[in-house]
Amino acid sequence: MTSQTRPARRWIKSPTWRAILFWVVPAAFLGFFFYQPLLALFRLLVSPDWGFSLVELDWRDLWEPLKFTLFQATLSTLLTLMVGIPGAWLFSHFTFPGKKTLKLLTTLPFILPTVVVAAGFNALLGPRGWVNLGLMALVNLDTPPVQFLNTFGAILVAHVFYNSTIIIRVVSNAWSRQDIRLGQAARVLGASPWCAFREVTLPLLWPSILAGTLLVFLFNFTSFGVILMLGGPQFTTLEVDIYIQALHLLNLPLASILSILQLVCTLGITVIHNRLSTRDELPQTHRSQTIPPRRPTHGWERLVVVILIVTLFTLLVSPLAALAFRSVVKLDPDRGERGDIQQGFTLQYYRELWVNRTGSLFYVAPIEAAKNSLVFALITIALTMVLGLLVAYALRQKTALNQVLDPLMMLPLGASAITLGLGFILFFNRPPFSNFTFPILLPIAHSLVALPFVVRTLAPALQSIPQSLRNAARVLGASPLRVWWEVDLPLMAPSLLVSAIFALTISLGEFGATTFLTRPEYPTLPIAIYRYISQPGALNYGQALAMSTLLMLVCAGGILIMDHFRMPGKDLF
Amino acid sequence: MLTVKQIDKNYEGRPLLRAVNFEVASDETVCLLGASGSGKSTLLRIIAGLEAAESGEILWDDWILSDTPAHQRNFGLMFQDYALFPHRTVAENIAFGLRMQNRPKDEIKAKVHAALETINMAGFADRKVTELSGGEQQRVALARALAPEPRLLMLDEPLGALDRALREQLSHELRRILRETGIPAIYVTHDQEEAFAIADRLLLLHDGVILQSGPPHEFFRHPRNAWVAGFFGLGNLVAGTVTGLEPLTLTTPLGLIEAHSDNPPPQVGEKKTLLFRPGDALPVTNPAVNAISGIVIDQVFQGENYRLTLKVNDDVPSFEIFTKEPAAIGAEIKISFNPNDVLCLNQGESHDLIA
Repeated sequence: MTSQTRPARRWIKSPTWRAILFWVVPAAFLGFFFYQPLLALFRLLVSPDWGFSLVELDWRDLWEPLKFTLFQATLSTLLTLMVGIPGAWLFSHFTFPGKKTLKLLTTLPFILPTVVVAAGFNALLGPRGWVNLGLMALVNLDTPPVQFLNTFGAILVAHVFYNSTIIIRVVSNAWSRQDIRLGQAARVLGASPWCAFREVTLPLLWPSILAGTLLVFLFNFTSFGVILMLGGPQFTTLEVDIYIQALHLLNLPLASILSILQLVCTLGITVIHNRLSTRDELPQTHRSQTIPPRRPTHGWERLVVVILIVTLFTLLVSPLAALAFRSVVKLDPDRGERGDIQQGFTLQYYRELWVNRTGSLFYVAPIEAAKNSLVFALITIALTMVLGLLVAYALRQKTALNQVLDPLMMLPLGASAITLGLGFILFFNRPPFSNFTFPILLPIAHSLVALPFVVRTLAPALQSIPQSLRNAARVLGASPLRVWWEVDLPLMAPSLLVSAIFALTISLGEFGATTFLTRPEYPTLPIAIYRYISQPGALNYGQALAMSTLLMLVCAGGILIMDHFRMPGKDLF
Repeated sequence: MLTVKQIDKNYEGRPLLRAVNFEVASDETVCLLGASGSGKSTLLRIIAGLEAAESGEILWDDWILSDTPAHQRNFGLMFQDYALFPHRTVAENIAFGLRMQNRPKDEIKAKVHAALETINMAGFADRKVTELSGGEQQRVALARALAPEPRLLMLDEPLGALDRALREQLSHELRRILRETGIPAIYVTHDQEEAFAIADRLLLLHDGVILQSGPPHEFFRHPRNAWVAGFFGLGNLVAGTVTGLEPLTLTTPLGLIEAHSDNPPPQVGEKKTLLFRPGDALPVTNPAVNAISGIVIDQVFQGENYRLTLKVNDDVPSFEIFTKEPAAIGAEIKISFNPNDVLCLNQGESHDLIA
């Protein structure tokens, strides 16, 4: 009797078959919504409809944006290292008052939308920002003295703001884990402090520095919102050029060639990054002995530490504080009353969010954009939770299949949001799809961007649940479904929450793909902020800042919740 | 009554368990003893229904369990690492099995309370299990396994993770609880002392086969073969060839030895292994049978007596005996063994075999 029923059960129990069962839905989703649009980019090049051939292509149209992209990414990355490495030293070696706060602040840039950061720097250094208004009032000038917006410097500063925290996290983790006895051994063997650093500490840190640097380079390379909002029209990176060619000049073939170029570059960087991060993991020979961070002791050490703390606080806090304060302070003349500046605290900008003023370029009140964003974000959360859980369970099966499917699932991380957006309009904006489907496509695009993060949060959490707990529950009488409900779900709850917050903030802040897919009657918050902040008038400006502030507060709240629920001993990212 | 019938199990293509057969009667505590990697834990998991065997059957009385999933067998299993649910309190952990049985809330509460009393942890109900010490976790795991009143309790190296003093204390407690509840139990361990302390009956698992089964003292008096004697460290094992049967005589590196055999009488020319227990060594006054002389190369004081290591000759470089009196290193000592004390065993495997 038993021998008859067993083969059928074996079939289900084979890890490959179970993996396939879990993969079906996510793979179909990715295939349809990611790989098809991506293919559409390539197909466009050979499509006869466009009468486009590579012969007609002016190679300078590709080389110029690529050159500038590489240039700005390289320079931004170098500057980021100059802030990040000392920051890593600070975090791995010292304790100081406010360290926890500063550490928490360094997580903010990970999830702050680009529009919020751009708005923050605008509120600090823009023509209507604190610094310029302050200087104008102080020295009685008519025009803003500091030209920050639409400069190369603005791009660099924003990139440093965004990415130095990556270097700080990656490198300080490696640094604080480093075995101090190795350096001591070098010293005892006759190396000077500098020599010990060069010969032992640095080579051991090198892999993490390199990995962090490549990641930063990748982010700088694909930066879109910062370039568009802070750099202005004269700075054209690949991303911005794809956007301009596709949406402003309607040159879709050139846009898709640029996209493919972009894809090749980002994939190349991602591959190198993966190679390095797997190859260079030196095995630590024994239980390493680390020193806990300490207070700075002697004079110069204290001085350097203080300077670093002040720099990091200024870099991280000033644009965000400027944004928040600027959104509740009236500093401009009222409409039509030139020169007579009304100053003081106001919630007018926030109240105005509910009003759809005629003459506004918008069809809807800003609060509608917030509502849209929220709806899209909720759909994104639902989609990524379901897909992420399925992928996490698929990855748990021990089968060679995962080695193929896992990288394919992570690919959206390498493809930029702009490429995704362009692929979407190429593929979905034609029969059988229509314009009408676009609002539905937005959360789908957001899900594709968020899914790799969600999977990378959920999969390790799932892996870390010991099988013996499930076995214990089963032996105690829990059916398989009950086991999932009583063991898997509660133990994954913190990670589910963290990844839901990831999905939420990614969807709320997503700008690149959204610029392609948004429709005037369904703007999202970042789109609304982008439009309002580039409009003249104190009210538009104030509303943009108010919306940015709200977005920032949501993200900050998310960070606080994540920090509260993160697993002990594990870092947030 | 549990019946394990002809269980075969492969692990990564190699046989891990081969035709394992045994029974556990009601009220009986059976100890499954074996080195790590001998397949003890896998056997438990097969009985629990967490793993499927290649062939063979598990029966409870006349009920064939092969197609009954783990959660419907009502067997208790205490895991090696306890597997306490970290997201639940002590009381919630103990209540888990009762909840799965959909018992009424009042009953669950009463039973959890009683279980906590049994393990002397009445005040710990609302503690997090992650805050407990190793010994406390162990007791909670036991209470959790016992609370749903399983038909059978299986314990997988339950004391393995604890230090020696705690192990002794908890092994007494375990014995008391098992006796009080009267639940048949299978206790898995690699530690002989633990096994002797707990077991009514011992099963020695080696190479996927049960080598010997019986009450603990039988393993000492009548080890089934030389490997079993070596595993329990019963004494000096010396290989020999049978040359005479009346009396049973063998040629060995120690010379001609007269021995005693529990098994069916050996054949002349058969290769056997002789067991000399160190405590059976007699001082020699005049030439006698089974006289052995050697040079003392090591001496360890063990309280009751001295353990001397002798070098008999190049083929027997170390031979251990217990004596009341100390001896000088380098001195020559003569001893003898009563033929009834020298056990003639099948060779089994070459574990700890001299020459």
